[in-house]
Amino acid sequence: MLNEKNVFGSPLPRIDGPLKVTGTAPYAAEYHDPGMLFGHAFYATVASGRIASIDTSKAEAYPGVVKVYTHKNRPALASSDDAWKDEVALPGHPFRPLENDRILYDGQPIALVIAETFEAARDAADLIRVDYAADAPHTDIEVEQAKSYVPPEPRKEDFLPTDPRGDAEAAYDAAPFKIDAEYVQEGEHHNPMELFGTSVIRSEDGTLTVYDKTQGSQNSHDLVCGVFGLKPEQVRVVNAYVGGAFGSGLRPKHQLIFAVMASLDLKRSVRVEMSRREMFYLTWRPATVQRMQVAADADGRLMSVRHHAVQATSLYEDYQENVVNWSGLTYKCDNVRLSYELAKTTMSTPGDMRAPGAATGFLALESAIDELAYEVGMDPLELRGKNFVTYDQNDDLQLTSKALDLCYREGAERFGWDKRSHEPGSMRDGQDLVGWGVATGVWEATLSPAEAKVRLFPDGKITVSAAASDIGTGTYTILAQIAAQNLGQTIDRVSVLIGDSSLPKTAVEGGSWTAASSGSAVQAGCLEIKKTLLSLAQKMDNSPLKGAAVEDLAIRDNRLVLDRNDQLGLAIADILGSNEMSSVEGHGKVEPDQEQAKKYISYTHSAVFVEVRIDAELGVPRVTRVVSAIAAGKIINPKTARSQILGGVVMGLGMALHEEGMIDHRTGRIMNHNLAEYHVPAHADIHDIDVIFVEEEDDKASPIGVKGLGEIGIVGVGAAVANAIFHATGTRHRHFPITIDKIMEGLPGQ
Amino acid sequence: MDIATAHAQPKTRVALTINGHRHDLEIHPWVTLLDLLRGPSLQLSGTKKGCDHGQCGACTVLIDGERINSCLKLAVTLDGTNVTTIEGLGTPDDMHPVQKAFVEHDAYQCGYCTPGQVCSAVALLREGHGRSREEIREMMSGNLCRCGAYTNIADAIQDVMDQEVKVGMREAAE
Ligand code: FES
Ligand code: FES
Repeated sequence: MLNEKNVFGSPLPRIDGPLKVTGTAPYAAEYHDPGMLFGHAFYATVASGRIASIDTSKAEAYPGVVKVYTHKNRPALASSDDAWKDEVALPGHPFRPLENDRILYDGQPIALVIAETFEAARDAADLIRVDYAADAPHTDIEVEQAKSYVPPEPRKEDFLPTDPRGDAEAAYDAAPFKIDAEYVQEGEHHNPMELFGTSVIRSEDGTLTVYDKTQGSQNSHDLVCGVFGLKPEQVRVVNAYVGGAFGSGLRPKHQLIFAVMASLDLKRSVRVEMSRREMFYLTWRPATVQRMQVAADADGRLMSVRHHAVQATSLYEDYQENVVNWSGLTYKCDNVRLSYELAKTTMSTPGDMRAPGAATGFLALESAIDELAYEVGMDPLELRGKNFVTYDQNDDLQLTSKALDLCYREGAERFGWDKRSHEPGSMRDGQDLVGWGVATGVWEATLSPAEAKVRLFPDGKITVSAAASDIGTGTYTILAQIAAQNLGQTIDRVSVLIGDSSLPKTAVEGGSWTAASSGSAVQAGCLEIKKTLLSLAQKMDNSPLKGAAVEDLAIRDNRLVLDRNDQLGLAIADILGSNEMSSVEGHGKVEPDQEQAKKYISYTHSAVFVEVRIDAELGVPRVTRVVSAIAAGKIINPKTARSQILGGVVMGLGMALHEEGMIDHRTGRIMNHNLAEYHVPAHADIHDIDVIFVEEEDDKASPIGVKGLGEIGIVGVGAAVANAIFHATGTRHRHFPITIDKIMEGLPGQ
Repeated sequence: MDIATAHAQPKTRVALTINGHRHDLEIHPWVTLLDLLRGPSLQLSGTKKGCDHGQCGACTVLIDGERINSCLKLAVTLDGTNVTTIEGLGTPDDMHPVQKAFVEHDAYQCGYCTPGQVCSAVALLREGHGRSREEIREMMSGNLCRCGAYTNIADAIQDVMDQEVKVGMREAAE
């Protein structure tokens, strides 16, 4: 007999796996239509100024070219900011491609070539000639921070730095041990492996099916309708498979606008796909300068925390992150002052990248805490334990759960932290300088409004549908698991339909909320089904379920039964049959619980331990061991959950050691806009990574007890690496990424 | 000859065997194998484009058994060759052992780098390389995975390798 306990919490392989490993899962730029046209963008080669003149005649004359669009001949589109603001838009004026002659950033698309073949579009674009009236670029955060400002319109209320408490300044001055340090971090680029692309398939009646690389099909859908003045039913957006995004696909990109624009104008199906180079002129993790002032008493207790951050944004929007608030809630401290400002740059608007704000804030906080531990002369893990806090001091709220202490304990045990010797440079192994570092991580666990439909058939087949996205996160599989669990089936009986704007409403996939939100909506849908079945069953003659409540019920072997005595029940086929129904549907909806939010707040936590080995002569760093201990409530699928953490850790190693958009500040242009010069971690960079999920019961974070895993894996990794490098070499690095040249300069004896 | 005149030149005839099927094609000389595969005529989009510059490995296919970045090969130079793409290795109902191992070890997340990783791994095993964890890491480094599935990919490859060794030992013993 089926044991439903096996479904929830078991490491099942992904249900979309066979499609992915055989290359049969279709991504946005892989939908075809006879007579489809291909678009290729042409982009600005100055960072700021105006287009003085643009000559597209050669491109237009190129064989196969159908049309070249510039600001001079772009079809009229909506002009108001409102029409261009997507679901997660920012304060400011959203970018509209080909709007006018203004250049706002290096790589801005300023023309679009549409041709009969991809090659013709690409090659013709090379024939476009532009004269610019260029202005001076402003791209160096360390320079531009002189003109920093408090953003006049907050992106979200809870991104505002929390009010100061106590007297951080006086407490700092009075404390015996203190650190005052500045941390600089270069900009990072998401670089999902799939290029941004959109295929617009135009049907005979003029309606459009838009295959878009996005983290929210409904977000793209609504934007297209607003910008082009289309009725909702004229457009359907599909993102069934998304080749990674990490936040870059939260806001729709210009290739979507281009593809739809050309399709409507030329009355043809159109595909526009970006080049890898263009992927550097989008959403990026902003360059940031942070100042930390922290102080402790002789017992390692935190006396004062001050954290100030300045982040880059664009000329046209105020992108903002929650960088500093973490410093007021991670450890117990009564004297705290947090502040946050922006600096304008001639770059494209930054955007959310895996754990936006936290990945950045913890780089500084967890480096400074490590520095403070050395100042006090205390083991860095011990100091963290001393300052453990059981509530959210920023907002004076209870936590729904916090098993961070278990993360510290189990992580340290697995890593062997007790064998660490405290002194920097004291763990040399032959040619290798060995260093061990630790850091804490926190991310918010939120629920966003979500809906899902679940349908159960008499033979036990189940379909689940929602507009949710699977960007590699495992959404398909966990939604199937939740439906199977709740309806007493095995996972192979469930088909999941997601990634389609015509399905039940779901927010963009981001912030680690999809599992909790869509998962809870599926569970609610299953409950609806049980309720419907029960009321139908109770109307039947001699029903053994008369008087039963829905909480007493389970579904086993396609029968609706009493949980405590499954001899009593009715076959689902009979219940449906006697009511002449061929299936039963439940429509589940979830919303954040506003009442609960007045008392409770929810976070995921982590402790990450890192071993770095550095070649004593060459300075080559290798991260040979990572242990990431995670407290994130209930884990639906340990296999896909582990992968989420692995992915976060790997990106964190890139952030610590490799990744930076290199800008020539004289021209304001990105110089390393390709995967050979922008180094994302490769196979050879990644050694052992061990993931631990500690026990954590949570009945408040979400109805299914899930907190979300997409972000927490990266938080703290950068600082743990920096701390390990300090432990190996005795040199503290505060400028990220910590590349070999910097390590070499800081080697003992240099 | 300028580029526009070149475009008007006749196409070149080539014969390629792709996944066991012979294709007689007329193509422009500047069309890469990657764009040919993914294009409207063949629609074999299991082979992915991640950079078009030979820097990511997403486009890896096997030419006469050898792994190459198909974005770096002009299709007209491949007359008479045998090309195996991901579609030629297995299907969802009949997966290649490497594909099965990838599913088992969750050696992917978004799945976009995956066809390239699988093709590369298949060739690695055929080359007789990847005998140690370190060698796998080194010799798979041309295939980037932004989702960070590296440790699981290495586990999957090692798993297949171990199975092959076992089978080999059994056969030798018989
Ligand atoms: S697409 Fe060929 S190596 Fe990246
Ligand atoms: S699985 Fe997403 S890039 Fe490798």
